[in-house]
Amino acid sequence: MTNDIPGIKKSDVAIIIGSDTSEGHPVIAARIKQAVMEGTLKLIVIDPKEIKMADFAEIYAQHRPGTDVAVLNGIMHLIIKNGWEDKEFINERVEPESYEALKAEVANYTSDYVEKISGVPAAKLEAIAELFGKAKVGALYYTMGITQHTTGVDNVKSTANLQMLCGNMGVPGGGVNPLRGQSNVQGACDMGALPVCYTAYQPVATEAVQQKMEAFWGVKLSNKPGCTMTVAFDKAYEGEMKAFYIMGENPLISDPDLHHIEHAIDNLEFLVVQDIFLTETAQKADVVLPATTYAEKDGTFSNTERRVQRLSKAVNAPGQAKHDWEIHQLVANKLGLNWNYGCAEDIFKEITQCTPSYAGMSFERLGRKGLHWPCPTADHPGTPVLHIGKFSKGLGTMFAIPFKAPAEVPDGEYPIYLTTGRILQQFHTGTMSRKTPGFNRLAGPHVMMSVEDAEALGVGNGEDVKVSTRRGSIVTKAFITKRMPKGTAFVPFHFAEAPANILTNNALDPIAKIPEYKVCACKLEKA
Amino acid sequence: MQIMINGNRMEAKEGQTVLQAALANGVYIPHLCYHEKVGAAGKCRACVVEIDGMRGLQTSCSVLAKEGMVVNTQTETALQAQRLVIDLMLSTGKHDCLACEQNGHCELQDAAYFLGIERPSILYADIDREIDTTSEFVHVDRNKCISCGRCVAACNGTVVNQVIDFGMRGHSTEIVFNTNKKMADSTCVQCGECSQICPVGALIDKNSIGKGRIWELDKVSSVCPYCGVGCKLELYVDRKTNKIVKVEGAEDGPTNDGMLCIKGRYGYDFVGHPDRLKTPLIKENGQFREATWDEAIDLVVSKFSAIKEKYGPDSIMALSSAKVTNEENYTFQKLVRTGFQTNNVDHCARL
Ligand code: SF4
Ligand code: SF4
Ligand code: SF4
Ligand code: FES
Repeated sequence: MTNDIPGIKKSDVAIIIGSDTSEGHPVIAARIKQAVMEGTLKLIVIDPKEIKMADFAEIYAQHRPGTDVAVLNGIMHLIIKNGWEDKEFINERVEPESYEALKAEVANYTSDYVEKISGVPAAKLEAIAELFGKAKVGALYYTMGITQHTTGVDNVKSTANLQMLCGNMGVPGGGVNPLRGQSNVQGACDMGALPVCYTAYQPVATEAVQQKMEAFWGVKLSNKPGCTMTVAFDKAYEGEMKAFYIMGENPLISDPDLHHIEHAIDNLEFLVVQDIFLTETAQKADVVLPATTYAEKDGTFSNTERRVQRLSKAVNAPGQAKHDWEIHQLVANKLGLNWNYGCAEDIFKEITQCTPSYAGMSFERLGRKGLHWPCPTADHPGTPVLHIGKFSKGLGTMFAIPFKAPAEVPDGEYPIYLTTGRILQQFHTGTMSRKTPGFNRLAGPHVMMSVEDAEALGVGNGEDVKVSTRRGSIVTKAFITKRMPKGTAFVPFHFAEAPANILTNNALDPIAKIPEYKVCACKLEKA
Repeated sequence: MQIMINGNRMEAKEGQTVLQAALANGVYIPHLCYHEKVGAAGKCRACVVEIDGMRGLQTSCSVLAKEGMVVNTQTETALQAQRLVIDLMLSTGKHDCLACEQNGHCELQDAAYFLGIERPSILYADIDREIDTTSEFVHVDRNKCISCGRCVAACNGTVVNQVIDFGMRGHSTEIVFNTNKKMADSTCVQCGECSQICPVGALIDKNSIGKGRIWELDKVSSVCPYCGVGCKLELYVDRKTNKIVKVEGAEDGPTNDGMLCIKGRYGYDFVGHPDRLKTPLIKENGQFREATWDEAIDLVVSKFSAIKEKYGPDSIMALSSAKVTNEENYTFQKLVRTGFQTNNVDHCARL
């Protein structure tokens, strides 16, 4: 998020697009609902599913899966056409050529054209453009509904285009706000658990950075960018990648096209899994290393608003389980690296020495409220709102983004859109949430479908349905709801017994390498 | 600004009520409907005090502090009135504290203790409302409800789930879920906000029942392990059994103001689960066997070294985790980069 969570109080209008907020990020949803009830915020919801947040919206638009760029371009077209753009912001803070390019591109997206692509009625698009375009402070929230597409990067750029166009960047209550799906995704990125950069996004391929890190760690380093996870699985499938060391992840449930992943894993010469349970992936391992949970350790998480917060050890770990960092240290020292960390705080101190955005932090300073990065010096108060007055790179760049259809769309054989995601009572691959019996009683595997599609199939609520795509099929229970549009089905991905990712398409975004979980084509049959 | 409370000069802030100013200065006044998060309801009348220049008793939760105000919270008249309110609450409910889960954590008990009420002056015998145990995580005992309205305000105004309201009339007024449904059949999403804010034992976290008295538990501050909102938690731990027995949202949590969702509040069973991995495992002939750390680490290092030697460093891939700490993500990528000499490290941010 460019902005902070408490700042929700300062927005006049907010767009939620591609986020089932009350299911995926319930407490942020609560804050948005509070602002709506208090009358300080008007909400616009754009989503194929009529999500709960739509009940609180001033305007709700139901678009076809994968047509986000068209809708956003259409909104921008109308904002420019009516002169609602923030001219001062654009003049001062945006590269003029990039604005011209955007303007030329979005000029094609008339309301009628957008209606044809997305199914959003022209009048509704116009109402959205007016409400958002005229707002003093507008915020935009999204999650995987924007990113998990072959056009994920295009979608993200489009959200940034809109927020620059409206002058909503660097303003309390504004911003582009992706809501992160896991407790420490932000931190994993910040800490350089990425193939192209060290901590704080310092590129591995930049010579000065490489030299700095070699001096800091006292070891020769490779300047060749590494493989992303999705590419690594392809390479393993082809026999090129030989060994995997997996910590705390369960790709055998979470990755697209599971048959492919299983093959890839079976092809490996050596697999180490470090986790808290014998997950589906761990069962495939040659060596399993027992790790600890959040409640058993000290350390920090960085949340979706870049706030670094402390956790403290509450209970002792079972048996001989060790903290992940302790295991890394054992391996490192066996390799002769001579590490010497005594506690999490020792590591955090080292992090602050090589991570400019964390440089001013310490466990003591984090206290009970945490600090937002960037926090470059020991007296810096942290940065709840990014890009005030200036973008870190100077002028902002807009991008002309044409609409591209998803990699797979419904056809005669597979006539229904399939989209996947999360539900409130479960989490990710279920490794943690499914250990709570009450959650399983509240939420089991299902396929959500419209009343119309259910009637056409002749199935009732709770009856078995077979969902098939070109990659595979699952049998699961029908969950019939008015909230789903005709022609679209939704399968949550948490359940090993009916894994959504048997069905999903592993077509990737060409840049971010994110699989297209949010759209593919399926057929539904009575099972 | 300065005000006088019980003869002492005290600092009060602009916009503070008399109750807030008193509490901030360490002066306790019984209060059962007021809660920082939902504000003053002026409903319970437990907070009455005398204020110079104002006639009769005033509910301190609804009067703003003013420069020079002279407040008395403990005059005989005020105490009498407070006692009457608390006495009546105790009389009209089934407050058998000995068995109540809220014992030691109960604001009605605190008020009774403060006012020296040992037992209510009258006891109604006919209080026997059905206990609603239908929901997975919240135990509802209307026999203990004092109709303070906090849960109604919190469910509607704080988490905005719009489930609870007051139903019925007069003497039989009680909290209802939607149109007087059982909690499990209502639209309740089990966020537990109502249970956290209920001052008494009427709304209780079901899974914590019988798991230990609050004063025997350690309270440890942490962060929710599920989604990226980063809600601050208070974990209540039983040291004897090494178990988390209850979770609350930290009221000073900067992102959550005490709120949590169903996962953050009730999803802690995995921590103490019997299936947790307890020793390293090595697979031999397709079967896992328990191993020592030395064996396991030796094997990991010799295998990775051999593969690196044979196929080059880029034949090794490391997957880090969005569920472990910053420190552990840091040490992992450092290990991969300095120990395996490859940048093949990623995590599942994309998924
Ligand atoms: S658990 Fe949450 S949603 Fe359910 S009644 Fe209580 S506050 Fe409302
Ligand atoms: S259930 Fe608790 S919070 Fe709700 S009105 Fe009764 S006593 Fe108050
Ligand atoms: S309590 Fe719920 S909303 Fe808060 S961090 Fe945990 S999962 Fe997210
Ligand atoms: S706390 Fe003042 S009336 Fe209840």
